[in-house]
Amino acid sequence: MTQKITINLNGADVTAEVEPRLLLVHFIREVANLTGTHIGCDTTSCGACSVVLDGKAVKSCTLFAVQADGRRIMTVEGLVTGGQLHPIQEGFHEKHGLQCGFCTPGMMMTSYAFLQNHAHASEEEIRWAISGNLCRCTGYVNIVEAIKYADAKLHAPAAGGA
Amino acid sequence: MIPAEFQYATPPTIPEAIALLQAHQDAKILSGGQSLIPALKLRLATPPLLVDISRIAGLTTLSEAGGWLHIGALVREADLEESPLVRSRYPLLHDTSHVVADPLVRNLATIAGNLAHADPANDHPATMLAYRAEVVATGPSGARVIAVDSFFTGLFATALAHDEILTEVRVPAPMAGSGGAYLKLERKVGDFATAGVAAQLNLDAAGRVQQIGIGLTNVGPMAIRARRSEDVLRGQSPSDALIAQAAALAQEDCDPTADLRGSADYKRNMVRILTMRALHKALERARA
Amino acid sequence: MGVAHGMGHSVKRKEDARFLRGRGNYIDDIKLPGMLWLDIVRSPLAHAKIVNINKEKALATPGVAAVITGADLVPYKLEWMPTLMSDRQMVLPVDTVMYYAQEVAAVIATSRYAAADGVAAVEVDYEPLEPVLDPKKALLPDSPVIRFDREEKSNRIWHWEAGDRQGTDAAFKGSDVVVAEDIYIPRIHVASIETCGCVASWDPMEGHLTLYMTTQAPHAIRTVVALVTGHLGLHEHKIRVVSPDIGGGFGGKVPVYPGYVLAVAASVLTGKPVKWIEDRSENLQADSFARDYHIHAELAAQKDGKLNALRMGVVADHGAFDSAANPSKFPAGLFSICTGSYDIKTAFTEVDGVYTNKPPGGIAYRCSFRVTEAVHAVERMMDVLAQKLKMDPADLRALNFIRPEQFPYKSAFGWEYDSGNYQGALDKAKQIIGYDDLRKEQAEKRARGELMGIGLSTFTEIVGAGPSHTFDILGIKMFDSAEIRVHPTGRVIARFGTKSQGQGHETTYAQIIAQELGIPEEHIAVEEGDTDTAPYGLGTYASRSTPTAGAAGAMAARKIREKARKIAAHLLEANEADLEWETGKFFVKGVPSRSKTIQEIAFAAYTNHPQGMEAGLEAVDYYDPPNLTFPFGAYICVVDIDRGTGEVKIHRFVAVDDCGNIINPMIVDGQIHGGLTMGMAPALLEEIVYDENGVNLTGTFMDYLLPTAMETPKWELDKTTTPSPHHPFGAKGVGESATVGAPPAIANAVVDALSHLGVTNMDIPLTPQKVWAVLKEKGAAL
Ligand SMILES: Cc1cc2nc3c(=O)[nH]c(=O)nc-3n(C[C@H](O)[C@H](O)[C@H](O)COP(=O)(O)OP(=O)(O)OC[C@H]3O[C@@H](n4cnc5c(N)ncnc54)[C@H](O)[C@@H]3O)c2cc1C
Ligand code: FES
Ligand code: FES
Repeated sequence: MTQKITINLNGADVTAEVEPRLLLVHFIREVANLTGTHIGCDTTSCGACSVVLDGKAVKSCTLFAVQADGRRIMTVEGLVTGGQLHPIQEGFHEKHGLQCGFCTPGMMMTSYAFLQNHAHASEEEIRWAISGNLCRCTGYVNIVEAIKYADAKLHAPAAGGA
Repeated sequence: MIPAEFQYATPPTIPEAIALLQAHQDAKILSGGQSLIPALKLRLATPPLLVDISRIAGLTTLSEAGGWLHIGALVREADLEESPLVRSRYPLLHDTSHVVADPLVRNLATIAGNLAHADPANDHPATMLAYRAEVVATGPSGARVIAVDSFFTGLFATALAHDEILTEVRVPAPMAGSGGAYLKLERKVGDFATAGVAAQLNLDAAGRVQQIGIGLTNVGPMAIRARRSEDVLRGQSPSDALIAQAAALAQEDCDPTADLRGSADYKRNMVRILTMRALHKALERARA
Repeated sequence: MGVAHGMGHSVKRKEDARFLRGRGNYIDDIKLPGMLWLDIVRSPLAHAKIVNINKEKALATPGVAAVITGADLVPYKLEWMPTLMSDRQMVLPVDTVMYYAQEVAAVIATSRYAAADGVAAVEVDYEPLEPVLDPKKALLPDSPVIRFDREEKSNRIWHWEAGDRQGTDAAFKGSDVVVAEDIYIPRIHVASIETCGCVASWDPMEGHLTLYMTTQAPHAIRTVVALVTGHLGLHEHKIRVVSPDIGGGFGGKVPVYPGYVLAVAASVLTGKPVKWIEDRSENLQADSFARDYHIHAELAAQKDGKLNALRMGVVADHGAFDSAANPSKFPAGLFSICTGSYDIKTAFTEVDGVYTNKPPGGIAYRCSFRVTEAVHAVERMMDVLAQKLKMDPADLRALNFIRPEQFPYKSAFGWEYDSGNYQGALDKAKQIIGYDDLRKEQAEKRARGELMGIGLSTFTEIVGAGPSHTFDILGIKMFDSAEIRVHPTGRVIARFGTKSQGQGHETTYAQIIAQELGIPEEHIAVEEGDTDTAPYGLGTYASRSTPTAGAAGAMAARKIREKARKIAAHLLEANEADLEWETGKFFVKGVPSRSKTIQEIAFAAYTNHPQGMEAGLEAVDYYDPPNLTFPFGAYICVVDIDRGTGEVKIHRFVAVDDCGNIINPMIVDGQIHGGLTMGMAPALLEEIVYDENGVNLTGTFMDYLLPTAMETPKWELDKTTTPSPHHPFGAKGVGESATVGAPPAIANAVVDALSHLGVTNMDIPLTPQKVWAVLKEKGAAL
């Protein structure tokens, strides 16, 4: 038995008939064909699947697509606006915050949501914020630097400040 | 890992949700989904119907009234963690929410679900025992209040009937001179507790312990209230020696089993260490 | 015109552009028309007879197209496959299951979900057999022999030794001091965040197979697939292996897993593309494991601390099939690097490889073939000896280091170390961390009853396999390759036999070529991973890319430069010998204005090349390194131990690395950060644990504990630079140094914190419960 749902994905509505058991991450990857959101585990542990749901970072492998019916989801594909990288993307590039790139979309979405509500975050706060996202390559040092870079850019005093 | 098939409903009101539960004996309530969905993916649970309560209005209260902090069924861990009210007046609750799972899970996981799931490894049960909290269960014949002391009935088992929804958690507002703390030993951030200890107390004008609650996480088939430890301190000026005695009793009164997190002996000792540390921290906060 | 940023520039990575936008192309992103899904039924028992497999319910499940069992593979002789170690491994068991989570049947269906439903519906009856789990007991004469298919009725796979047994025995007898410890280095798993998988696409019309797969070594895989399927008429020229973007490899994506073969078989069977993506539990329970080394280590020394001899005996648990990926002549990998950075005249080691009812072991965990085990043992033993002699471990090391003037240095096991300055690295690390002050702080803390430890690791790696006279895998020599084509407009495409899994080859290889040819790196496109286009190479693992393929890139570029010189001479009407090269151009000696840029030369190579010369500006190089390279480092770790809980907190960690000349410092630092974290992980957190029935208890990320940002300290890095004398640009390879060097530094710090209680050794991982148990035993627990 399928159900018709509509999810606003990066600003555009995607409508589909889905089984209730379809995980949101599979909806994003296989129904909407946005493959930037990844899968790294079965136990809600790794965060490779992190997306932003109505402004909050969540693990899309632990949510059914039907639960997101009528709601707004933002994925890594939604970060670029007007052809411009978002400061968090810039930060990951400038600070070498990615290696294999597999954790990166999830890491950036978690950071993105965090920086919506936090300015001038401390090293400890940043590490805490990404503690649900695993990276096997970078040792996190440069990910933290990347988030600091984006934080500074997003919350520069000239731009309106904290 | 892929869940088995199921039907899915989003009743807009509590009565409709209850009606669905009554009609389907094997149906399960879906709330934040952060315990249930992992179990479905592993096919540890294969309910034919999920009743998603997350679209029911009026369940997101988080406020103080009538001597209680009211926590609606859909209040998430992140809401507690970020609430200035909770941070300033309910440090034990704030401590607890802060160490449940990870930030992303906390954006979805509900406090009510954490209690209803009755996993001995969950952190809120011990905290609610220490607070002497109450839960409100709403069923076909209306709402009833259950003291948390009689809420947990066993491993993954509660006093809730199949057709009852936990609609609210109530935490007593703090009295003067209150302090509390939750200490959790975990193998890494985001892990379930090797052991956890919740302590809540208040001091009278003379500096004596007036009320006290101590709850223990993941050292038995369900969260444990360390009554003998509480008794040692109640009415006393809390000295290091008394605290050590209370901690030693908690070590005796817990009932852990060996697993990857440690031997039973290790866990018992951790209960002692954490009880000591939690009590010291709670006292520090009470005196501040 | 851009500028060429050659060696030593922190060029930002070219590959980032797609990853940052979610446009990476990983295996699970590949979707072909008509594609089916494969999912696998796995054994719940570690050792059992298969009594019956009932497919009926599975075949009746909506969407299920087929169920394949071992018996179904027998007519095609596909139930076994060869391993890279000249052993063989079951694709699917016909009648006996050899380990928990082993593949038992494959379900092919129209969707991921239907395939999972099919797996749940397959019914298998087993008759349990006694599992053999302890490798030491497996060697006893009365142990059941688990490999029924082998002629040799023993669980011993091989016995390997190196060094001088008698000489070492004699040196031990003649020494003042002998220390010995049993050191177990547990089974761990690389657990890259992307699991393994493939899409097999068989074209029945053309008799052609395209295999997209998560592999670090696409060319070698194609050869193996051809060997497995040749008898069915599928030959190497009809196989294309494509390794797309890889979400981390670390050694786990070198072996061939049964899932890959099953997907190929399923695609041939159905005539449709078939995708197989393992889930995390399959990955953690059934893919090849690392370590699992039971080491008995001994050092002999004089009273003053001067080392005389080293002896190590190892029992290596390889699981049910020897599917490691070591060079053929080295079943125990490069374990004989275990004399480390020290001038030890006499040494002996012997290793027994053993079968047990566990999944295959013996692959790498971000390290060059067994180097981590060797380094851990010798670095741990140096501390054990220092403790016995009541010497500072830094002083004991200083006394025994191979000195700079001794290079090239021939070790007791016959390795020729290319270059090193071990004392230089240690001095730098000590100075950065303030070693002497730390020792004072430690003494003060001890007096207050607090536990603080300082641990050193002054390790030597051995990477870049390897010279073809010694190194091969399945007979294929361990060279690597590069092919460079300079197009008429001066733009370049370069292809390599390796495969990046995050190391940034698209950037660093371009920098190597930029260095050699003076062409801006953004004008250079680097490609790897497609066997149809890239030259044959052995792949990326064991820190071999820069030492081998990187060198091939430099050599190919130099070939191009030589041809360019001829063209320039023609264009400038000058004598070749009168031309000088300066980044990006040739000019006539003494007349710098008479010059031709490489771009002008490239254009001429296609439009105005000298008569008698072949047109074009291309070169291929198959680089056979004359030797391995020996990167090294000095790490110092400071820990605090909570006497209440046994928790170990890394308070500081200084890593001074020396990997010779550096292509891209930013990327090297990134590699070291990652390597240190993957070194810390097994030191403190990670371990694969089996219960007494051989069931894996650590099959999810809930219990196999990868460090988060919270457990990971803020690493402090520095460098010394000792170029490799034999590498074309003096580089050594760095991807794994930190994984190798970090664990003993941490273990040494923890033991150091407890040494005054009489503790001499503790096995990793140093979990709170383990540390606490020692504290309790020694009466030091709170
Ligand atoms: C990776 C990970 C780590 C975690 N770590 C921790 C941890 O360290 N500590 C911890 O305490 N928890 C942890 N959790 C569990 C998490 O906090 C759960 O979300 C929580 O226990 C359940 O809340 P939920 O809203 O998600 O409930 P759901 O998953 O939706 O439901 C859980 C159960 O409770 C029932 N239920 C839910 N709400 C109600 C209700 N209002 N009335 C009646 N029944 C209801 C459901 O039917 C179901 O049986 C972790 C979870 C994950 C995925
Ligand atoms: S895939 Fe690992 S948390 Fe979602
Ligand atoms: S960059 Fe590879 S997992 Fe993070």
